[in-house]
Order: sequence, then C-alpha cells, then structure tokens
Amino acid sequence: MNDFLHSVGLQALSLQGFGPLLAQGTWMTLKLALLSLGLSLLLGLLGASAKLSPLRLLRIPATLYTTLIRSVPDLVLILLIFYTFQIWLNDFTEWMGWGYFEIDPFTAGVLTLGFIYGAYFTENFRGAILSVPAGQLEAATAYGLSRAQRFHLVLFPQLMRFALPGLGNNWLVLLKSTALVSIIGLADLVKAAQNAGKSTNNVLYFLIIAGLVYLLITTLSNRLFKRLERRFNTGIKGLAS
Amino acid sequence: MIELIQEYGLAYLYSDGAGLSGLAMTLWLFIVTMVCGFFLSLPLALARISRKLWLRWPVEFYTYLFRGTPLYIQLLICYTGLYGLEVVRDHEMLDRFFRNALNCTLLAFVLNTCAYTVEIFAGAIRNIPHGEIEAAQAYGLHGWKLNLFVVLPAALRRSLPAYSNELILMLHATSLAFTATIADILKVARDANAATFLTFQAFGIAALLYMLLSFALVGLFRLAERRWMRFLVPSRG
Repeated sequence: MNDFLHSVGLQALSLQGFGPLLAQGTWMTLKLALLSLGLSLLLGLLGASAKLSPLRLLRIPATLYTTLIRSVPDLVLILLIFYTFQIWLNDFTEWMGWGYFEIDPFTAGVLTLGFIYGAYFTENFRGAILSVPAGQLEAATAYGLSRAQRFHLVLFPQLMRFALPGLGNNWLVLLKSTALVSIIGLADLVKAAQNAGKSTNNVLYFLIIAGLVYLLITTLSNRLFKRLERRFNTGIKGLAS
Repeated sequence: MIELIQEYGLAYLYSDGAGLSGLAMTLWLFIVTMVCGFFLSLPLALARISRKLWLRWPVEFYTYLFRGTPLYIQLLICYTGLYGLEVVRDHEMLDRFFRNALNCTLLAFVLNTCAYTVEIFAGAIRNIPHGEIEAAQAYGLHGWKLNLFVVLPAALRRSLPAYSNELILMLHATSLAFTATIADILKVARDANAATFLTFQAFGIAALLYMLLSFALVGLFRLAERRWMRFLVPSRG
C-alpha cells in the first residue's frame, strides 16, 4: 500500500505510513456509530410508543428510562456499564459453571451508546408523534386501515417530517460521542491517531487529521439530512424548496 | 459500601486531601466554562449575524470547526497536542499556560461551549420580531446601544430553553476532564473503583451526583424561564 502510494507520488496520503491504521480506525468509528444508531432508533421508537401508551405499566418505566439516562453524562454511563456488566457477567458464568466470557469494547460500545441514545431518540420520536394531527390517525382508522398499515402509511411519513431535525442533531451527538469509547480501549479513530502520534512524536498532526475526518463525516451527514428533510417535506407549502 | 463512603465520601464531595476534587471540582469546571463561554459568545453571536463578510465568515468557520469535531479530540489537542510544539514550549507564557492540565481543559471546554452558544444566540437574534428592533430604532437607539439594550436582552430571553440544554450537555461534558488528570467526580469514582473493586457502587455514586446536578440545573432554568419568558406565555382570560 505504502509502496504503491510512493510510486504514484502520493506520499502525503500514506500519512507517514499510518494511513492504513487511521483508515481502520475510521472504519471502526463508522461501524460503531452506525450500529449504535440502528439500536438507538429501534429503542427510540419502542420507547416513544411506550411513553404514549395508555398503560401505566409501560409509561412509567419508559419515563424513568429517559429521565435517568438523560441526566447522567454518557461517559459515566459508558464506564459504569462496561465495567459493571463485565463483573456481573463473570459472576453469572461462574454461577452457571461456564467458562470465562469477556465483553470486547466494541460490543460494549454499541450496546451502551445504543442504550443511551435510545433515550434521546425516545423523546425525539415522542415529540414528533404528538405533532402529527390526531385527525390523520382517526381518518386512517375510519378508512379501515390495520394497525400496521396505519403506522406504515400514515403515521411514519408524517412523523419523520417532525422528527428529522432532531434526528440529525442526535446523530451528530452520537457520532461525536463514539470518540469516548476509545477510553475503554476500542481501537477507533481517536485511538489510532493517538498511537500514530506517539510513535512519530507528532501528536498534534495526527489529532488534527482525526478531527478533519470527523469534520468530513459530520459535514456529509448534514448534507444527507438536508436532502432527507427536503424529501419528507414534499408537498408542504413554503418548506419544500 | 459503607467503607467506600467513609474512605471516599469527602473526595466525592470536595477534597481529596491534595486539593479540590469531586463535586466541587466539577462545579468549578462547569461555572468557569459557563461564564467564560457566555461572555465570549455574546460579541461573537453579533459578529455571526453581521452583514460584513470579514466579521461573519471567521466566526462561522470557528463554529463549524468546533461543532463538527468531538470535544474529546479538542481536549486532546489542547492537552497533549499543542504542548508537543516547540514554539509553545519555548515561549515562556504559553509554556506556563499549557503545562497546567486545568488550563488546557478549561480552554478546550470554553472554546467548545462557546461555539454552540454562538449558534444558539445568533439564531435567537435572527428570530427577534422586526417590530421590536424598528421600535428601538424609532426611539433613536443605534449601534452598540441598540445591541446592548434591545437586541441582546430580547435574544437571551428567547434562547433560554436551547441554552439550558447546552449547559446541561456542557455539565455532562466536564466528565471528560478526568482524561486530563483533573480530579473531578468521575476521576474520584475511578480511583475508588481501582482501590476497592466496588465497581457498581463507585460509578453509581458518580452517576447519582451528576444526576442531582442535572436536576438542579433543570429546576433553576425552569424558574428562570418562568421569570424571563413570561411575556411569551399567552395570557388567560
């Protein structure tokens, strides 16, 4: 790889030989961010339906979940869950007579970030669902649509319109907090930049490169969300343009 | 659990024997960051909406940079990155500033929160009804007087909900300080965990403390909103 870059005169791209390491780190960061996004979206939709449910049995745990999770820093939760869960798991496997089972930082990162941001997405979706006029759902019921159809054809397209700005914001916060998972030892972009910086004695340079990669991802995400917003706003006067 | 509290209770709250720690340290970080960020962001917000390109563009670029990258990277750059430069080490004043972990941490936090706050305030200024500013102009207010007496107060009131959100995120972000060896709540929790192996309790106490701080902050902002945003509530009857 490095020889190839050298031969075509693109030494700058190999980043003093640490290009591949940084690329791996970037890929790790993206994987972590996207998987936890998927998990948190799922939790968000479930949480929002639970919070809006007429059943108190569902509403109270969902409210506790969003209030407690959102009042504690994500870094504290990451450390708490990562270390505690490992200990509990050890106790459990020992009790069951199974072998030692270690959670790797990646799985822990996905689960923890997904769990934390699920709380933020819950609030996001709850607000969006409440913004859809009740008449829309009543009309859907009057037309005899099933529950699944009602969600898929009527509620979801309209709720996305209200949810998108918040979703975009939360996604960016989520992406930026993946940097914290390097603290529990994940070999992500930040870790790669730190390692490269330590071995070349040029920490600042590699940290700036890592920062630029994050900047690139956030800028592209912003573009994408602008596009999506335009798409979900089709047919709304004054907004679609 | 009881030994944990006996041994580390004071450290969690305000002192680990070597200096400020735990809750007091977190509060100190938070307050200094908040105050500096607030006063820095006021002129920058005005520059952000200025019609002059040379005023607006640099601020726009600054907020773009700091809002598009993780705070952790910014902290690492301030704490380990800049001190690696010879220019910084050779300059006497810079050397003294960057050798202190607390200074580096505060610098990163202030720059970060300021970028978000500038956007919040700038957005609020843009959303002030034209009539308010026209009325002020009709009364003969111009330039910095117009900004100081009408534009900023009107914008600050309206940005209270968004600003309170940002402050809570800022409070949570201060937990990153332990990576720069600052003895905040999380650092005490990690030390307690390493010494006693009561992992859940050690981090649980930290989580509880942050939770209390968050709730207190939310409560304070509710009061502030009730006082300063009353004019936006539709009057009944």
